[in-house]
Amino acid sequence: MSLQFLLDGLIAGSMIGLGAIGVTLTYSILRFSNFAHGDFMAWGAYGALVVVGLIGGSLPLAPLSFGLPLILAMAVAMGLTALLALALDWLLFARLRARGQSIIVVMASFGASMALRNLLEFLFTSSPTYYSRAIQIAQPIGMGIRITADQVALLLMTLALVTGMHLFMQRSQRGREMRAYSQNPALARVVGIDVDRVVRATWIIGAALACAAGVMVGILVQIRPLMGLDLLLPIFAAAILGGIGSVPGAVLGGLIIGLSEAAAVQFVGAEWRAAVAFMILMAVLLVRPMGLFGVAER
Amino acid sequence: MSILDVRNLVAGYEPGLSIVKGASIHAAEGEIVVILGPNGAGKSSLIKAIAGLVPITGGQILLDGQDITATPAHLMIRRGLAFVPQTENIFPLMTVEENLRVSGGVLPRSEVAPRIDEMFQTFPDLARQRGLMAGSLSGGQRQMLAVARALMVRPRVLMLDEPSAGLSPKLVAQVFARLADIRQAGLTIVLVEQNARAALAIGDRAYVLVEGREAHEGAASSLWDDPIIAELYLGHRKEAS
Repeated sequence: MSLQFLLDGLIAGSMIGLGAIGVTLTYSILRFSNFAHGDFMAWGAYGALVVVGLIGGSLPLAPLSFGLPLILAMAVAMGLTALLALALDWLLFARLRARGQSIIVVMASFGASMALRNLLEFLFTSSPTYYSRAIQIAQPIGMGIRITADQVALLLMTLALVTGMHLFMQRSQRGREMRAYSQNPALARVVGIDVDRVVRATWIIGAALACAAGVMVGILVQIRPLMGLDLLLPIFAAAILGGIGSVPGAVLGGLIIGLSEAAAVQFVGAEWRAAVAFMILMAVLLVRPMGLFGVAER
Repeated sequence: MSILDVRNLVAGYEPGLSIVKGASIHAAEGEIVVILGPNGAGKSSLIKAIAGLVPITGGQILLDGQDITATPAHLMIRRGLAFVPQTENIFPLMTVEENLRVSGGVLPRSEVAPRIDEMFQTFPDLARQRGLMAGSLSGGQRQMLAVARALMVRPRVLMLDEPSAGLSPKLVAQVFARLADIRQAGLTIVLVEQNARAALAIGDRAYVLVEGREAHEGAASSLWDDPIIAELYLGHRKEAS
């Protein structure tokens, strides 16, 4: 038996987990399920593609398939994706949120998702594209597992982003304000927390991490307008599984979904992939309705 | 001169449905002002409106001579007005210390840690539980944390909405004794209460709010013996004595 599925699951889980952080924060702070979150991933991936084209290619940092330009482009694209999210909030979500019915905001996010996706297809066509067409050789690391240099680099990047994010939420004043606001919006205002600032931070963080996840998918798989939509369900499953509002929960949820999908492919059959992930989600929710790291609603 | 001066305040959650109907109250520096009244008189709405949490449709609020009527709730603390809501007045999923820290956002960064230490000296019970989740505190300790949280940024006026709610008589006595201590520091306290006896015992002056406006005003000591008040509060008097 090959243990390769463990690595595959870990990598898929990292991308899902990075996406789930944004979904869980949007849900707990802005109080709606943002179905356009997957499209932030796709826009981020294409954004990095455009920026790297503008910078111009250079030799990849061997043994990686990409070089400094793509790393720089990803950083720029993270900022651009954050701007996209802020613009969308200003144009659409903030206005609907003010009316106070979250189901309308959710529906609007469906619409925004379709618009964003179709715009990408219009701009870049629906055929897949790549940052690099170089073939990477996977190196055996024992126990039947093979790993590429890109995979190692991106796993380390995920680890760094998730650790940084966790420290931000726990140690920084803005992170504390975000947690306080998600627990009690009215009290947050009473203690002097500026709601607009919390909302901005939520969009910026969620969109930037979605962009990082999108670039990661682009490097390891391919770039397509539908790439975000395809990951949307596993992302929501991860956020719910981990417990809405919990950053470590979202990451752990992502890893569980990623690993169980990979295990399903290995042991049951590829067509059962999504089903197994959702069966695990349902089983966990039956035992812990608030998710792994969640707390019961007051 | 009054530090807090509320003039003919009209406020309510929905347009055309005022709950506060032209209430006027004031508080002098260092004074404890108690707001009493039957259920539904608009006591809670009045104090929330002053804090910026209920839309105001008429009247004026002056804090130390400055008009703060249209100030958003989150800026009130910067103007020196702190508010302790009746329920859910702490962040349950943050530690005791984090509750204080997140409320210190208005202070310069270097002053936050020393101020937290000061609050722990004032509230030694909280210091022993600084690392605990606030949600696991007992009712009395939660109330103390809520007060400490409000005091973090050295407000000039502290408003409390029924701090005795849900507490045993012994804890009510503790909380009110602590409020009396805090006043020694020159802080002005505005207190909405159902528990008239406990509140009047520490208060200087009191208002009775009826149907959204003040019906009586007087020294706290005299108000308790007033026959009109006794009638209004017969039920509470029995309960309290």
